[in-house]
Amino acid sequence: MSHTLKTALGVIALIALAAVGYFGLADNLAFMTQVVIMMIFVLSLDYVLGYAGISTLGHAAMFGTGAYAAAIFATSVSSDPILGILAGAVAGGAIALLSGFVLMRAHGLTLLMLSIAVTEVLHELANKYSGITGGADGLSFTPGPILGRFEFDFAGHIAYIYSVCLLLLVFIKLRVLTASPFGLAARGIRESQARMRAIGTPVYWRMLLIYTFGGAFAGVAGALSAQTTALVSLSVYDFQLSAGAVLMLILGGTGQLWGAILGTMVYMTVHQIASSVDPFNWLFIIGAMVLIVVYLVPNGLMALPALLLRWRRK
Amino acid sequence: MSTLFSIVIDGVAYGMVLFTISVGLSVTMGLMRIVNLAHGGFALLGGAFTHWAMTGLGLPFLAAAPLAIAMVMLLSLPMERLLYRPIYKMGELQQVLATIGITFLIIASVNWWLGSTLQSIQLPAFMSGAVNLGLRTLPTQRVYVIIAGLLVICGLYILIERTRFGIKLRAAVDFPGTAACLGIDTSKIFLITFALGAGLAALGGILGAEILPIEAYYPLRYMVLFLTVVAVGGMGSITGSFLAALGLGILDTATRYLLPDFGTVFFYFAMILVLGIRPNGLLGKSLS
Amino acid sequence: MTGVGLKVRNLNKAFGGLVVARNITLDLAPGDRKALIGPNGAGKSTFTNLITGIIAPTSGEITLDGRDIRPMSESQRVKAGVAKTFQITTLFKALTVRENLRLPLLERRGWLGRLIRRADSYPEVEMEIDGLLKQFKLTHHAHTPVDRLAYGQQRLVEMAMTLALKPRILILDEPAAGVPSSESPLIMEAIAALPADLSVLIIEHDMNLVFKVAAKIIVLVAGAILMEGTPAEISADARVRDLYLGAHHD
Ligand SMILES: Nc1ncnc2c1ncn2[C@@H]1O[C@H](COP(=O)(O)OP(=O)(O)O)[C@@H](O)[C@H]1O
Ligand SMILES: [Mg+2]
Repeated sequence: MSHTLKTALGVIALIALAAVGYFGLADNLAFMTQVVIMMIFVLSLDYVLGYAGISTLGHAAMFGTGAYAAAIFATSVSSDPILGILAGAVAGGAIALLSGFVLMRAHGLTLLMLSIAVTEVLHELANKYSGITGGADGLSFTPGPILGRFEFDFAGHIAYIYSVCLLLLVFIKLRVLTASPFGLAARGIRESQARMRAIGTPVYWRMLLIYTFGGAFAGVAGALSAQTTALVSLSVYDFQLSAGAVLMLILGGTGQLWGAILGTMVYMTVHQIASSVDPFNWLFIIGAMVLIVVYLVPNGLMALPALLLRWRRK
Repeated sequence: MSTLFSIVIDGVAYGMVLFTISVGLSVTMGLMRIVNLAHGGFALLGGAFTHWAMTGLGLPFLAAAPLAIAMVMLLSLPMERLLYRPIYKMGELQQVLATIGITFLIIASVNWWLGSTLQSIQLPAFMSGAVNLGLRTLPTQRVYVIIAGLLVICGLYILIERTRFGIKLRAAVDFPGTAACLGIDTSKIFLITFALGAGLAALGGILGAEILPIEAYYPLRYMVLFLTVVAVGGMGSITGSFLAALGLGILDTATRYLLPDFGTVFFYFAMILVLGIRPNGLLGKSLS
Repeated sequence: MTGVGLKVRNLNKAFGGLVVARNITLDLAPGDRKALIGPNGAGKSTFTNLITGIIAPTSGEITLDGRDIRPMSESQRVKAGVAKTFQITTLFKALTVRENLRLPLLERRGWLGRLIRRADSYPEVEMEIDGLLKQFKLTHHAHTPVDRLAYGQQRLVEMAMTLALKPRILILDEPAAGVPSSESPLIMEAIAALPADLSVLIIEHDMNLVFKVAAKIIVLVAGAILMEGTPAEISADARVRDLYLGAHHD
């Protein structure tokens, strides 16, 4: 099957999935919008961590910066949501580039810790400069109509459709990007940095660019989150957000865009059900699910069909 | 002047707590080459068991604390065999996933058992209050924490430098491939080291309960803190952990006293600075 | 220093107290076929790493066509024409053989940074991959992830990837080590088929291969050059026989 055909089928599948959600779970539109935004965020993480092998527990840095950028842009420049998304992408990319100068020199635990530290510093700065960010109260704003026509409605229909459209755009962009020579380079870097250097690739600069692109996509997710809730709070920089995205990604399977989508869907659904059934002990269920996946399907749920096939053959 | 005195005393005490909790993490991470995000869970369990032994069993602190530490160590043995062993050979990301899962289970268990409220630990009379040094007074608890921390590092020094176990442990950390060939039972070393690290974390959790309060979400709340000590000190280095814990403890305390509205900015800036200059931490060796 | 080719002058390197390169001086002119031999731990791989820029020398000079290459990064040296195979295969394990070859070919043409067109949609690159696959008898395995290949075949992929860079200076660090004898002729053929003006430095324990390929042999012992000569001179030398040939009699 050709790559373009696969992408087209993927887009159709995503639309079908979104439609099922829209008509089947109409009472939960706000939750499903969150799932869609999280999918964009986890996709951006997959590009950085799954494709290029850059381990990070600080992807919220770009999400949060994109969210604040969109809010500040809306209040001070233009309330047009599309421009706001672009502002989020630029801000997310910029913070990734800036921090990447240091981060891309590190690996392993050091990289994980540095990525956490960058997010924490941004968290503290956002708290300290509350004149700009609203501090602990958060920053609320009113996004304008999308394309000048579609107002965000109270029930969240527009927000959901808008988010799904952005998800499709990001999905297609990442499909193209990961199949390009630059995408192949990212996978090469994940497999062996030493070999990439030996074929003449300036690995550091390539990684910096990959991280910047990933940051821009994460910024889109952050901006979208800000617009659909009309609010940005300090929690956009939470460690839990970064760690949660990593959980969802590994749960689904890294280095394949569908892994990000599946992992997000499964994790957030289980989380939602478990915490509504038992608001105190839902961590049992999440913890158990995570452990079962690591021990039985270490490569994530996307690897499950192949694994089952192999068991059957035995 | 008295602020400076408080910063030093509080900072050193805080550093000792950080060291006691994190040193086991550093050694196990250096030894087994894994990323372990669940270590704070042992500190939580230490505190929780102590609370339970004192309130539920009515034991005095001095009996409850050792009992709690022993319970944590005992619990850590099957955990190492059943939960950690399968992930030694896995990738870094699978280790992140698995150990976050373990963290969640510990949190959920404590939450289910004791609820989500603060688990206070009532110190005996001789440990609370203040000691009078003539010129000024200082909290007795801090003095005990500092003494305990110093005892821990002395004990570790003797264990590592003067015992057969220490020789084997050092060999296994420094030459992971060769140690097994030399007939060193690395799997047993892993187990013992893991249990020791868990026991020290429990001790740190109990001693530090005034600074890092014991409640169900403790392992998640302080996960980054303990990992920072490991990364800054250098994975696998005891001395490195000690220096990092002390430095970060004093820095964080100083910020709280002098520039309270900057929160933890300086703490993380220090970490970025150290790791930017020395990617393997203060005393870590290069793994390449 | 001027002159064409690679010139190494008084190269020194120490890891802490361990000296692994002592005053190494060596020339590789276009068309040269030289071999570097010596016991394990002599510093041969370290020497290749000094040339390709993986590690920096303590002192000494390295020039390519009269140009000092020491300030150049590893990737810049590759672009300047210096390439090597690793003693321990270093491949993109989860990628297929085709993808492993596509990467250096795209990089050599400066296309690896492109963002839109698919990586496998460049006909000239795909044709060159086909040629390399054929040359190393890997066509059947084109779509196999390299970590599923037999070790010998992985060595062939390593060699093919390096040749894909079209280097001017080629350093082969034990290219036949681990290759089953049935396939080692492929390595030899590949070396024989190299362009005549390419400079080759081969590190190898297999003396059959060394004698067939190299016109000059350099013997390295404890980081220092013991002697340099033709295969006949080397095999006649008693010191070399004691030190090296004797030790590897198996
Ligand atoms: N990065 C390094 N740090 C310290 N010692 C090294 C390093 N790389 C190689 N060595 C040492 O340098 C010596 C030469 O190694 P090497 O160049 O690999 O020898 P050869 O390729 O001739 O077998 C060996 O003793 C080896 O242990
Ligand atoms: Mg060698």
